[in-house]
Amino acid sequence: MIAALGLLVGIVLGLVLQPDVPLWLEPYLPIAVVAALDAVFGGLRAYLDGIFDDKVFVVSFISNVVIAAAIVFLGDKLGVGGQLATAVIVVLGIRIFSNVAAIRRHLFHA
Amino acid sequence: MPDQPETPDPSQEQAAAPDSGDETRGSRERLWRAATGRPTRGHWIIGLVLAGVGFAAMVQVQSNERDDQYAGLRQGDLVRVFDGLSSSTQRAEREIERLRAAQQDLQSDTSQRQAALEQAQQDRQVYGILAGVLGAQGPGVRITISDDAGEVRASLLLDTIQELRAAGAEAIEFNDQVRFVAQSAVGETAQGITIDGRLIEAPYEIDVIGDPATLADALVFPDGPAERVERVGGTLESVRSDDIVIESVVSDTETDFAESDEDQ
Repeated sequence: MIAALGLLVGIVLGLVLQPDVPLWLEPYLPIAVVAALDAVFGGLRAYLDGIFDDKVFVVSFISNVVIAAAIVFLGDKLGVGGQLATAVIVVLGIRIFSNVAAIRRHLFHA
Repeated sequence: MPDQPETPDPSQEQAAAPDSGDETRGSRERLWRAATGRPTRGHWIIGLVLAGVGFAAMVQVQSNERDDQYAGLRQGDLVRVFDGLSSSTQRAEREIERLRAAQQDLQSDTSQRQAALEQAQQDRQVYGILAGVLGAQGPGVRITISDDAGEVRASLLLDTIQELRAAGAEAIEFNDQVRFVAQSAVGETAQGITIDGRLIEAPYEIDVIGDPATLADALVFPDGPAERVERVGGTLESVRSDDIVIESVVSDTETDFAESDEDQ
């Protein structure tokens, strides 16, 4: 309940405030958002599996985001930022799909 | 990457598949409890995290829509974009140059055509007047030869005409009826004088377009047309005018034998 409310509040805040993304953050924000989504779906799946732990969730969430951004940052420094960003997005996308599939199996048994 | 998502082990998942009636019910119950149960500290933390996610996602969505296309690009991408732009600029400039050249060609072509057309139209008028297929008007003289004694001969008329031509006559007309041109023939029959087969009667009125003074003077000299007409008992008068109108035209201008030689 609180979680859904929090999500809603975040979305509304983002819509209302419309802050500018700082320039240095601009290449990393989309990656970070996708990584966060992956962590959220992973947490939901773990919850449905009955093995959810909020400490693990928070740690995994933060490290997910930080590592995704760090990989892209490193890629930028090495001159392969674009490709590495694509790679991270692909991996995270696959994980999101598999997590959502597991959630779906739990909820609908299908 | 850390592994909240990886933690459920495969065995558990496989187990879930066969007997999933309970499993599904359990999952839904768990969700229901989470939604309705008393919030714990963990719930608040998760809510906070999710608020952050939602916020970041919306910010990103909006900055993506606002777009600034180039703001988020890396240096390499920018260089590529720039290269693409400059090469397409070059292409466009070449195209402009080509089109401009074509435009110039067409314009000079058009003006040449225009000049040729104007020249042709002018020529057509000049030649039409000289050949007698067009009416004409302009300054000139009107010459009246009266022939009371009936002694004016074709040869005298012809001489008169030759003098007028020598004086620069551009169009000649007899009695407002017959256009006198280069091919015109003067003949004498029992009825009188004919020009191009048409009988004309005295007094002969000759309309001539040309320089009035020159034309008028051309007939008056010792043993000239004026004197010869008077010698046979007629009179020759010339009246200068600024507006001689010649309306008759040569009827048949088709050539039967001669054709134009286009090659020359």
